[in-house]
Amino acid sequence: MPYIHKMNPDELTISPLGDTALIINFGNKIDEILNSKVLHLYDELKKHALPFIKDIVPAYSSLVIFYDLLILENKKSVNRSYMEIVLAYLKKILAEDIKISVLSSRKIKIPVCYSEKYALDIKDISKERKLSPQQIISLHTAKKYRVYMIGFLPGFAYMGEVDEQIAMPRKAQPRTHVEAGSVGIAGRQTGIYPLDSPGGWQIIGKTPLKLFNKEKDEPVLLQPGDEIEFYSITEDEFTNY
Amino acid sequence: MSLQIIKSGLLDTIQDQGRYGYQHLGINPGGAMDRFSSQSGNALLGKYLNSPVIEMHFPSPVILFEKETIICITGADFSPTINNKSIPVNQPIAINKNTRLHFEKKLSGACCYLAVLHDLDIDEWLDSYSTNLVAGTGGFNGRALKKRDVLNFKNNFEYKFLEEKDFALLPWRATESLSLKKEVRFIKGNEWDWLTVEAIQKFTESNYKVSNNSNRMGYRLQGNPLQVKEDRQLISSGVTFGTIQLLPDGQLIVLMADHQTTGGYPRIAHVISADLPLLAQCNAGDEIKFVEVEHAVAEQLFIEQQRDLLHMQTASKFKMENLFNAM
Repeated sequence: MPYIHKMNPDELTISPLGDTALIINFGNKIDEILNSKVLHLYDELKKHALPFIKDIVPAYSSLVIFYDLLILENKKSVNRSYMEIVLAYLKKILAEDIKISVLSSRKIKIPVCYSEKYALDIKDISKERKLSPQQIISLHTAKKYRVYMIGFLPGFAYMGEVDEQIAMPRKAQPRTHVEAGSVGIAGRQTGIYPLDSPGGWQIIGKTPLKLFNKEKDEPVLLQPGDEIEFYSITEDEFTNY
Repeated sequence: MSLQIIKSGLLDTIQDQGRYGYQHLGINPGGAMDRFSSQSGNALLGKYLNSPVIEMHFPSPVILFEKETIICITGADFSPTINNKSIPVNQPIAINKNTRLHFEKKLSGACCYLAVLHDLDIDEWLDSYSTNLVAGTGGFNGRALKKRDVLNFKNNFEYKFLEEKDFALLPWRATESLSLKKEVRFIKGNEWDWLTVEAIQKFTESNYKVSNNSNRMGYRLQGNPLQVKEDRQLISSGVTFGTIQLLPDGQLIVLMADHQTTGGYPRIAHVISADLPLLAQCNAGDEIKFVEVEHAVAEQLFIEQQRDLLHMQTASKFKMENLFNAM
């Protein structure tokens, strides 16, 4: 049985994010349990399918709800703002007895070629941390990671947490071009660039998987809450994948 | 054959009111920079307010209309002409086939919108026609318009009331258009309390200049640098169009239409939705001053703007139908 936690409305703060959104904050830290609460509230809100909610954005330990003022117009009264109407709905949902597990919904294995050709920063990390490239690869593939949130680019998953021994700050000088599929480290986070983009993460390998595919009905491969494992593949396996 | 780009502009993209419902996947809403003007063009044509329009900056494109249609230009005034004759903004104009739309010079504003009565045959992606330049999708092949691009008209209604004339102004125009003023109203942000007393005073009393380093993702401001009480780290969380972030060097950036879905800089304030259009219309070098309003006031101002657009749309639709019936 996984750990079960209860949603406690007293543990969170709700405040406006501009004049058409609310942010629910569970605490300013990276934590599996807080993130599970965020994602469960996300699921609950999706289930309720309130017509005035335009978008819900879960992050590490917070959730933003965007709402449409025009759709709320018939509920508006002189002494109640639009935000207060949304707040009332939200409080009702939060008061329901929501039980939360930290079990991940999906488990995904991701092939990564860690050879120097793709691992642009592995030599530097190796020198800095006094670990061989093989040790770095072993440490990166040894753990299971949680997708805490998607942000920055379409399908860019923020995963954590890497072993402290290979935790590296972002590059002082970000690259102007990082290729799609590149696997990087920033602090204790690891992530994969879904598109060619500028970027400052330390690159340790590349996956042949497409993290973002605009042609698909579900254009993004990874979702918040997924459990990820990396496994090492050779250059040949990468090319023929 | 319908509408052809003869010469491309600085950045001409198809935009509607944005792509919502996918931010949890890192897919940002995008959409028009000036949400008011992009809707008012549609409103004046009696069209659905969220219909896609062409967003243009200066230098602007030269566009050849190969078929007769009715257009409306809103937002920035780049002194538009049809076959070298001046035409007004904020007024629907019937234009003949084989006419050229051209923009002479930048008179005011930064984002200009072209709404067309016929629906354009362009790509919808995840419920929106907005061009997502990063993902290369939506709008016209997921990119900015370029020379020789042809945008076909989807619906095929034809009419002829121009005969030999190049164009004719239709007898109605916007009663209200955006006033370009220097004051931008804001509500306090989530990390407002991080600012020192002096920083709060600076923020509300000094002028901020829109920097050259501004684009559809964000407008960077130059001004009195602001200090925080203590150096604290923020875990990445949601941001929105209009969020004013404090950068580590004390300068500010206002997130605009193509902002990322999340951010990790302190959100000291948010530009109110009703004033985002006038901020969008600022050019590099323009100075603005921030003025605080209450949250409920911000809501009211925004809803009034939306109601005005809906009234304009209803009235124009009625006039447009009369025009067609009289033909």
